[in-house]
Amino acid sequence: MNFKFSQDQEMMRDSAKRLLADLSSYAAVHKILDSEATHDANLWKQMAEAGWLSTAIPEEYGGAGMGYLELAVLAEEMGKTLACTPFSSSIYMAAELIKAAGSESQKATYLAKLAAGDAIATVAYAEKGRIDAAGVQVKAQGRKLTGVKSPVVDGLSADLAIVSARDEEGVSLYLVNLADSKVTRESVATMDRTRKQARLSFNGVDAEPLGKAGQGAALLDAMSYKAAALFAFEQVGGAQAAMEMAVQYAKERYAFGRPIGSFQAIKHRIADMFVKVETARSSAYYAAWALESAPEKLQQAASGARVMGIDAYAFAAQENVQVHGGIGFTWEANPHLHMKRAKHLESLLGGAIVWRERLMRSLEQAA
Amino acid sequence: MDFNDTPQEAEFRAEVSQWLSQNAKLRSESGGMMSMFAEAEGGELRGEAEWEMVRTSQAWQRKKADANWGVITWPKKFGGRGGNIMQQVIWGQEEAKYETPANIFMIGIGMAGPTIMTHGTNEQKDRYLQPMLRGDEVWCQLFSEPGAGSDLAGLRTRAVKDGDDWVINGQKVWTSGAHYSKWGILVTRHDPSLPKHKGLTYFIVDMESPGVEVRPIRQITGGANFNEVFFNDVRIPDSNRLGAVGQGWAVSITTLMNERMSIGGGGGLFGGDNGLGSIVALLRETTLDGRPALEHDAVRQKMAEFAARFKALELTGYRTLSALSQGAMPGSESSVMKLAMGLLIQEMAAFIMELQGAAGVLTDRQDTLMEAMWQQAYLGIPAIRIAGGTDEVQRNIIGERILGLPTDIRIDKTVPFNEVPTGPSKKG
Ligand SMILES: Cc1cc2nc3c(=O)[nH]c(=O)nc-3n(C[C@H](O)[C@H](O)[C@H](O)COP(=O)(O)OP(=O)(O)OC[C@H]3O[C@@H](n4cnc5c(N)ncnc54)[C@H](O)[C@@H]3O)c2cc1C
Repeated sequence: MNFKFSQDQEMMRDSAKRLLADLSSYAAVHKILDSEATHDANLWKQMAEAGWLSTAIPEEYGGAGMGYLELAVLAEEMGKTLACTPFSSSIYMAAELIKAAGSESQKATYLAKLAAGDAIATVAYAEKGRIDAAGVQVKAQGRKLTGVKSPVVDGLSADLAIVSARDEEGVSLYLVNLADSKVTRESVATMDRTRKQARLSFNGVDAEPLGKAGQGAALLDAMSYKAAALFAFEQVGGAQAAMEMAVQYAKERYAFGRPIGSFQAIKHRIADMFVKVETARSSAYYAAWALESAPEKLQQAASGARVMGIDAYAFAAQENVQVHGGIGFTWEANPHLHMKRAKHLESLLGGAIVWRERLMRSLEQAA
Repeated sequence: MDFNDTPQEAEFRAEVSQWLSQNAKLRSESGGMMSMFAEAEGGELRGEAEWEMVRTSQAWQRKKADANWGVITWPKKFGGRGGNIMQQVIWGQEEAKYETPANIFMIGIGMAGPTIMTHGTNEQKDRYLQPMLRGDEVWCQLFSEPGAGSDLAGLRTRAVKDGDDWVINGQKVWTSGAHYSKWGILVTRHDPSLPKHKGLTYFIVDMESPGVEVRPIRQITGGANFNEVFFNDVRIPDSNRLGAVGQGWAVSITTLMNERMSIGGGGGLFGGDNGLGSIVALLRETTLDGRPALEHDAVRQKMAEFAARFKALELTGYRTLSALSQGAMPGSESSVMKLAMGLLIQEMAAFIMELQGAAGVLTDRQDTLMEAMWQQAYLGIPAIRIAGGTDEVQRNIIGERILGLPTDIRIDKTVPFNEVPTGPSKKG
């Protein structure tokens, strides 16, 4: 048994840390927060140049052919620094769906572009927030889509969307070029303005089937477990950063003639953050390992990692605001960035209530 | 990263499993996970049943020792197997599948042994380690006192030098297993005019010495595994001093570090890959409001949350051990395990009792799920949250030692011990 990332993976972490420290400081995140920019385009470009996007894409499609553990390392660092890019949409979600369901020519066409950062892709699965397949009302008729998807993360910046739609076979996936004039994109207001979201309206737009007709729900479901494992690393990274911010402030801020961190009400709250972060981290490691090496354990491991990750990040982020007092409630300070990102990450793929049920089902199967 | 056994680990596991299968009986489905909380019931506080438990436990330890499984991680020169921590974990996982007697050697093998290895003289190592490992001599821990628990360094039991002996007077309390122990590890105060941490000296005491009096204390479980122990002019030869005079605090820290490791790092509590599987199966058979409990969303949500936390703790334990086995220094990480595990099992126990309707409060084995195991756990868990450093003490450790948060403002550290303020009942 070995719970450590390899030396190469740790080297990758170090270089990711350096790049993100330069380009994704809290000041940089605040800039995206206060602008209409869909994402941090410069950071995205640098990530592409550093080869991050290609990490888990096979070499024959222009990728680096590494594995999910490498992706997990990057996810943790991006989560820690609140990186404002479409990495998760384009890489954990869209590229994974294309890897799993694409034809040879679709893989050749799209994966290379995604790996190089020449195109951004996203997955449009929600309708009025509803994420279960039964709620899909977007229609596909003769390879043309009609209907509305909302919210779609990175829907404003993406070139390409994988859209779930109802056709004669049930729910199927389609690839849509978002530059098409028969697509309307509108911004939708979201709490986490560092991760902008869109409402996409399809008005009879041309679409290319991805995977077998009628398999849309199953494909999205399978993708969601993979993405959950990787998002868990973003959650652990974010929770760790929120906790570190609380520790720092508790050492520096004085009240009643002493640092507030010497009050147990504060110290113990931060200790509880540590317990949640560390247990969530263990679960995330297990999920990453399952993703890479033990697919038969993925459902249980990823569900557990997601349940733990959601809870750890929400707790650390909320309580970090509390530790900061009044300044924690200000727009200028940093604590709210994590509080909002925690909710953003939870809302994608469905919240803890959905994943506890999924975990229960996988336990029932095993019992 | 690889959560599977390495080839060497798999080979070791096979060896362990083979020996266990020839020397012990496999556990039944429901029994056991919480056997650590089971306690003798009924009116009699100390009875033949308990001595029987002690004898079986000793016999099992002796059997293991004869086959060189006595203590996996102790060096060979002290009679151990010279194995590593991962092997210890594997042993624990495999042993947990079998019906084995209560472990009464945690204080000896887990705490006193490593303390003697670190601070003891060669004579002490030769005398004590072998019979400890073989289960021939059981040990107890004489640290806590009526006025000193979390604040261990506030202890008052006096040690006064008299010729080649020390004379001990005072009282210890909550001493687990004192009544069947041959030896005790004892921290005393030899000089109350020094600051509290400086005036302490550590001994090994023969529990059969004249002047040692052990009285049972009944616990909320109904049993009486712990005791109060009185010392009335008990003589301890200076050769039984562990560490230098005035070094008692440093020696105690060694003991406490090992205590946290053995409480927090245990693998045996977790039933392998799918620890909660048997509970899930059980909730299918349990009826709640006319339907199987497992069909209620409220139950499913709660059980899933427990399962996620349970697995996360199991993994965290292994993660810590795997870091240790790769040369990391034992830190304070086991505080996480101890803190989170106590709270989790308490919540789980309360919830599973809730599902049992009017039988929730019963301890009757026939009318409850899993022979009242969760009721036993519910009563036993406060011990986990208190003994070996309370939840609050663990949070202090995490906050201060791991995260570097500022310590409490202390008024007791630098003044002479006999000038430290105390509550009304603690003078003496
Ligand atoms: C089942 C069981 C077995 C035991 N076995 C042994 C044994 O074999 N040998 C032995 O020596 N001892 C043993 N103990 C004693 C155990 O170590 C002590 O009970 C424990 O350290 C707490 O000390 P206390 O009981 O004096 O409580 P106190 O220290 O008086 O604590 C009372 C409350 O105050 C809180 N508190 C105290 N200090 C602080 C602080 N600095 N910050 C925040 N909160 C604080 C505690 O968390 C607790 O909630 C055992 C205890 C139990 C329950």
